[in-house]
Amino acid sequence: MKIFKGRVVAEGSLTAEALVSHGGLNTLASFQKALQFGDKKATCGDQNNPDLYGKQMLGKALCLPRTIGSTTGGLVLYCACAMKRQPACMLFSEPIDSLAAAGAVLSDVWLEGSPLPVIDCLGEEFLDYVKDGMKITIKPDGTVEVDG
Amino acid sequence: MEYKMKLTEEQSAILGGSRGETMAKVMETLVRYGELFGADEMVAVTSKYNHLVTSFGLKALAPVYALMDQLIEAGAVSAQKFSVDPRPLDKNVPSNFIQDLVFKKFMYSKQDFYEGQLEKLGLMDKDAFTCTCYMDEVGNTPKKGDVLSWSESSAVVYANSVLGARCNRNSGIIDLMGSIVGYVPSFGFLKDEGRRASWIIEIKTTKKPEAQLLGSAVGMKVMEDVPYIKGFDKWLGSELDDAAKTYLKDFGAATASNGAVGLYHVENLTPEAVELGESLIKEDAKVYVIDDAELKRVYDSYPVIWKNKEAKPKLCFMGCPHMSLNQLITWTEKVEAGLKEAGNAKVVIPTVFTAAPGVLKEFEKTPYAERLRKTGVITSYICPLMYMNNPLSTKMPVITSSNKLRTYTSARYYTDDEILVQITKGGKN
Repeated sequence: MKIFKGRVVAEGSLTAEALVSHGGLNTLASFQKALQFGDKKATCGDQNNPDLYGKQMLGKALCLPRTIGSTTGGLVLYCACAMKRQPACMLFSEPIDSLAAAGAVLSDVWLEGSPLPVIDCLGEEFLDYVKDGMKITIKPDGTVEVDG
Repeated sequence: MEYKMKLTEEQSAILGGSRGETMAKVMETLVRYGELFGADEMVAVTSKYNHLVTSFGLKALAPVYALMDQLIEAGAVSAQKFSVDPRPLDKNVPSNFIQDLVFKKFMYSKQDFYEGQLEKLGLMDKDAFTCTCYMDEVGNTPKKGDVLSWSESSAVVYANSVLGARCNRNSGIIDLMGSIVGYVPSFGFLKDEGRRASWIIEIKTTKKPEAQLLGSAVGMKVMEDVPYIKGFDKWLGSELDDAAKTYLKDFGAATASNGAVGLYHVENLTPEAVELGESLIKEDAKVYVIDDAELKRVYDSYPVIWKNKEAKPKLCFMGCPHMSLNQLITWTEKVEAGLKEAGNAKVVIPTVFTAAPGVLKEFEKTPYAERLRKTGVITSYICPLMYMNNPLSTKMPVITSSNKLRTYTSARYYTDDEILVQITKGGKN
């Protein structure tokens, strides 16, 4: 097991299976199928993301460097949370970008419970180490345990 | 919850509920959002108008409409009037029966409802739907130094760079909330330090570079950093006239979509570069030289994601971001000349030029509008991105000279000259 420590953006405590994107997550392209076409598993629809394309994002610990793409990104994440089609948590190796930050904060403030725990600043080593399917446990203080 | 940010008495009171629970949540959202980026205070929005990214009544965004209703019911509407990105539908734009059905009955079935919400929240007027709200014909043109709560990446980069306004790359909803409460968190491009360049771009091409190709190269290299561009005035001159502004509109949109640029400076041309010169460049700035070979490398790197790469294009979109009046006029002349040379009366690929409703109205007052109609080119206020952003359109071979449209959709990129050949001669030189 390896332990990483990041900054808490939206607090949470859970265990989930890792899903890793080494490139930026294009939020609109990735979640469009889930929101628009009733895909309850939130299958990633972004053809330009070979790590995630066609994989289920619902309930996964989504590990990524940052999000990219349209400035609708924040509200798309908010909608995914409101429709219960969000990942279990989002774990950023880099400091969070403004679009993902908007989605995380909007969901935390305006929706019931804590629908999308988010930790950022986990470092490059985190993204180098974590692989699809590894067991991830996050804690409210920003600790991320990765069990290979 | 405790916040590090220094709030005024009024801001603290709003956060504490003095203007109701909903307004308190709006303030909480902005404060928490700002603190993630080290904002030390909330500063007043000073622009006359706001600009929002979410223009489309996408059925899938039902939770956003519910949130909007919550804001409207609580009286938490925008203190400023605002413009908003282009509409997703226009009957003038070619579409087949299935597309019509999917667009109107399924995807954008909430369009009328959402436009009603926008009116209640503070929409400028029924024609305020464009990504180029800063055009004179639209009238949402901030002044140098104005603090904005805008979103829409191409508009933000233009406002920061060409107009010298101050705005971060905000997400949808955050844009509106800044306008509702009247304050935005002060960080990034709102600070002098955040506007300094960490890249020097040296333009060493042998001819004027294609705006959207150059922007793509810069965006992919610097990502979210601020570039200071040298050697550009050789091609653009030292006056921010209509031609230069149009060029920088397209250049900036490509930097913002192919990377995440929110501000650039052009030596001797953009307002802060003229005023502050090289003092805008950070001491440890990196250098990126762009010559003809580098532009070719970038162009050749674009993947073509059409199923049949040799397919005959079925549609051409120009105007992402929306075209300026200057562009509509010069392109009318180009299309006429291309058709004459090819011996064709009309364009050989259905072609749509998109522009703001206000720009199209002005264009219609010129003789060029009738001349363009005669070439078969259609004008529209639509958002090409919204038209393309669905599985049906993704299967269509669409061409464009917009690097933003290329990045977000399956549209294939060609330079302006190549597009002209395609639409007037069918790809034959």
